[in-house]
Amino acid sequence: MESNVRDIVIMGTGPAGYTAAIYTGRANLKPLVIEGFQPGGQLMITTEIENFPGFPEGIRGPELMAKMRDQAAKFDAEFVSGSVTEVDLSRRPFCLTLDDGREFLTHALIVATGANAKWLGIESEARYRGKGVSACATCDGFFFRDCHVFVVGGGDTAMEEALYLTKFASHVTLVHRREEFRSSKIMSLRTRKNPKISMMLNEVIDEILGDGQKVTGIRLKNVLTGEVSEHACDGVFLAIGHAPNAGLFKDQLDLDDYGYIKTKKSSTETNVPGVFACGDVQDFSYRQAVTAVGTGCMAAVDAERFLETIR
Amino acid sequence: MSAYLVATDKNFKAEILESDKVALVDFWAAWCGPCMMLGPVIDELAGDYEGKAVIAKVNVDENPNTAAQYGIRSIPSLLIFKNGQVVDQIVGAQPKNAIAKKIDQYI
Repeated sequence: MESNVRDIVIMGTGPAGYTAAIYTGRANLKPLVIEGFQPGGQLMITTEIENFPGFPEGIRGPELMAKMRDQAAKFDAEFVSGSVTEVDLSRRPFCLTLDDGREFLTHALIVATGANAKWLGIESEARYRGKGVSACATCDGFFFRDCHVFVVGGGDTAMEEALYLTKFASHVTLVHRREEFRSSKIMSLRTRKNPKISMMLNEVIDEILGDGQKVTGIRLKNVLTGEVSEHACDGVFLAIGHAPNAGLFKDQLDLDDYGYIKTKKSSTETNVPGVFACGDVQDFSYRQAVTAVGTGCMAAVDAERFLETIR
Repeated sequence: MSAYLVATDKNFKAEILESDKVALVDFWAAWCGPCMMLGPVIDELAGDYEGKAVIAKVNVDENPNTAAQYGIRSIPSLLIFKNGQVVDQIVGAQPKNAIAKKIDQYI
């Protein structure tokens, strides 16, 4: 093998990427880990994680990620800051180009680029982003002390955001487009029981209202009756789901209808031998830290086996 | 590498608004994950732009007046100041190159 070519490059530093780094590092493959635009991934903006085994008291997201990183560093994983802007999987070794122009060649690639919060995509949302529109309660809740805020969504993230915001806001209204929540029972029960949270169901956002400087209200549309209503508020927090960060691979790897990277059953292999995908970028169904850790480990083992076949 | 300027409610006028250079101000807090991710990027920018632009950070916990004055409702928020006026704003952590490009537009 050429000496300036890496055995393994891992893209992404969420639970999947770090786990792949721990395993390949420990296997003495000297993984190079490209951190991406959000080092530590989505857990960096969560508060308490209550369901990660081994932490009965719960653990804060950033703390768990720092521990995973330390563990990978202990096994000589090398970290590079920056994001990949170009990949060429048609040549071997594979070639990756970073945002600062640096190029890396590698025999095996583990894609652990995760997913990110979705936005509605309406003009008023973009105009008031950072002026009352947010997708991160833990970042921005602080600015809404004694304010009335709306949370939009029906999954666990929406419940978490609503509950977290009750620490600051005078009132939280949860808006969901359906009658039923997608979230776990425990989370929707906690939300329903909280006296500071009220619900508006079968409603979707029609427009975010503002005075040019900041959000002043929200216009909703009832999906059953078509009725439109306006409500005064100071903030709108979006928790309407996630989209996989797989755009870079669009024409080079097989993606499913929702844009997730397709992997072969019971493995992390993609349609390109030597490229493995793990974590949320290939997981439409589970999307948990623990499942990301699990598939991160699988990718490391799959990549190690692949390297043995080309040696 | 030179350190970033610690801007506060007290020194904001003198160091940012009255500066003869373009200033990038990062509004942040210790409890904000994305702010912590952006930290090393700001450190690097402070080195890269030494003598060319002011690179500053405002802790919103300790300096509520400045944060309120500029209507900060999301962090990290990066404001670019020129001649005492806000000329551009970036919300959320961004790659270093993207931030540098924005600064370069105003220098």
